[in-house]
Amino acid sequence: MTETGTYVYAISRGRPDRMSEAMEGVGGVAGAQVRAVAHAGLTALVSTVGLAEFGEDALKRNLENLDWLESTARAHHAVVDGTAAVAVTLPLRLVTVYRNDERVREVLSERGEEFTEALDRITGRTEWGVKGYADPAAFTSAGAGPGDAGRGDTARGDTGRGDTRHGDTGASSPGTAYLQRRRAQQRTDKDAREEAAACADRIDYELCEIAATSRVHPPQDPQLSGHEGWMILNAAYLVDDERAEDFRAAVTRLSGLRAGLRLELTGPWAPYSFAEEPTGEAAETEAAEEGTEEEEGPWTGS
Amino acid sequence: MTDPMRVGRTSGYGRPPVPRRPESANLADILERVLDKGIVIAGDIQVNLLDIELLTIKLRLIVASVERAKEMGIDWWEHDPTLSSRGGGEIARENRELRDRIAALEAAADREVPPAARREGLDTRSRAPAEEEPGD
Repeated sequence: MTETGTYVYAISRGRPDRMSEAMEGVGGVAGAQVRAVAHAGLTALVSTVGLAEFGEDALKRNLENLDWLESTARAHHAVVDGTAAVAVTLPLRLVTVYRNDERVREVLSERGEEFTEALDRITGRTEWGVKGYADPAAFTSAGAGPGDAGRGDTARGDTGRGDTRHGDTGASSPGTAYLQRRRAQQRTDKDAREEAAACADRIDYELCEIAATSRVHPPQDPQLSGHEGWMILNAAYLVDDERAEDFRAAVTRLSGLRAGLRLELTGPWAPYSFAEEPTGEAAETEAAEEGTEEEEGPWTGS
Repeated sequence: MTDPMRVGRTSGYGRPPVPRRPESANLADILERVLDKGIVIAGDIQVNLLDIELLTIKLRLIVASVERAKEMGIDWWEHDPTLSSRGGGEIARENRELRDRIAALEAAADREVPPAARREGLDTRSRAPAEEEPGD
């Protein structure tokens, strides 16, 4: 007589019997069995969960527990991933829970049009993740030479050396020499960081040329991801499947943009980053594109 | 209409250019997707979205790499409406406002130091604001 709810992982257009089949042997959240609930041409992948674990109060506690969060997130992802392997799949955000299967059917019916549009948008496309890392030592070392990619600021480096020459008499004082070295070093750090950011911009720009659309994610916590160095790029790209090879080749090519730069390609992912309607962003881009046609941009001069 | 199963098979998922190893997927990669992305539909358990947002914000605040990236001038995500609407920019603004408010209160408190204390020179800082009262 424990109270239960229906946890929804994803919505797909796959046939329910095939979806259930694909989910055999895949454990859901809290080890629950994964089932298919179909309605109006859409199939929701669900599990029955105890509200003792997935009720409001329980979730408040559990979401703060990184171990619980990790196992739930991994289970959620495994179901989404398994579903996406066999049918176009719209991943839901973690812990979407309804009172029962009937409520899930209601939602499939009420918002069917919206889900169908979203599924159309991602059909034939796959999400790829690209993370860029810069090795601070390689970007800071003089030998690497600023300006290899983008706007490395040599002018500022020269100013630093100029200072040292200017302070010839002061160089005999170890304190002054230290301060000067320190100052030059700080400038180099700043240059290195700017250069790394410029690299990231260029990589993102070139990958966006191939991708249908993209989203940027915040840099990750090194404690979670275990990465070293500076994370200079963390983005998701939705790529047409016929361009997947082009995209991969571009990532490989851009990895060689500069010494000390490393790119990591992850995926294929179910289109998590592109499941939501691109609301303000897309509208803005469209408006901007229309605007350039009508207005005289400064760059369209003569 | 095409069979949805066939659509699935012709996708990148069917012919992955790299081997798929979902078990080995990085926890950070998974969390940023399952917590932050994915379609949001209101479940019957209403508290969940708020909790996730709080948690995500907390994770972000703990994340040293965010601060470090900002120092580097990398702040692309702040311009991404899907991210900034989630409260990062809001917190920064609130922090600024709170700092301004504290500064205003401190300035006011300084001005209210009793004249006796000023005469005795107990608090030298109190003199400056009293003498050059900004006319705002």
